[in-house]
Amino acid sequence: MRSVERSGRTVDEAVASALAELGVDRARVEVEVLDEGRPGLFGLLGARRALVRVTVRETRAERVERFLREVCRAMGVEARIQAEEAEGYLRVTLAGRDMGVLIGRHGQTLDALQFLANAVANKVEPGPRILLDVEGYRQRREETLQRLARRLAERVRRTGQRYALEPMPAQERRIIHLALAGHPHVTTVSEGEEPHRRVVLVPRRQPSHR
Amino acid sequence: MKELVEVLVRSLVDQPDQVAVTSKETARSLVLEVRVAPSDMGKVIGRQGRVARAIRTVVKAAAVRDGRRVQVEFVP
Repeated sequence: MRSVERSGRTVDEAVASALAELGVDRARVEVEVLDEGRPGLFGLLGARRALVRVTVRETRAERVERFLREVCRAMGVEARIQAEEAEGYLRVTLAGRDMGVLIGRHGQTLDALQFLANAVANKVEPGPRILLDVEGYRQRREETLQRLARRLAERVRRTGQRYALEPMPAQERRIIHLALAGHPHVTTVSEGEEPHRRVVLVPRRQPSHR
Repeated sequence: MKELVEVLVRSLVDQPDQVAVTSKETARSLVLEVRVAPSDMGKVIGRQGRVARAIRTVVKAAAVRDGRRVQVEFVP
């Protein structure tokens, strides 16, 4: 973490000088006053300069990148990490070889890492949610779930029987709900408690022909 | 594996220097015992154990390559 020590006639002057050196705003740093200084008589006799240490605080994005870098190294996985702001969230993408280890079955490991990354980021300061992805995995998974939803909706229409999907995280249940929103023959509900909460496809009551 | 647990736990707590991970090995399994400052226990367990579960999921993924069963235990 970047840090400088600076002196000045007053604490404020010392801090200002340190901020100029670091090139950042006051809001992004921690200030440690090492010596408050003393003005002295007529600004001369017995005067002592103030001394401060100013350290640039990590942003949420920087903290999450560092967390993931350390985790990947400890797992023996080489990954490039890229963070970018998107509408309402921070998207962090991992790329490299051996990404399967980081994804896990149905994205289980990726979801766990995403959950932990959010916990680590929120320790720094509150902010937008972190969405963790591996080279297009989320997009592919979304398409898979949409196809699955349409196929199962057709089956529910044919059989008139409700159908419970496997338990899924909230993010994935949402994809199923959205894929079938407004479906003419099927409605969707979520049932059960986390982490076993699952989407159930329910046939809409058809108007009776009898 | 021990290093991974240390990274995960230290990143989550307020007092990283109070984190201690000890390992007990047998031929086919590895038990990692995690100790943290009492005030940090909630941070590594989480609401309804969600943080602890996420830690175990990540460690299990890393352990697949080792071909060993790894257990993570949080010791008060």
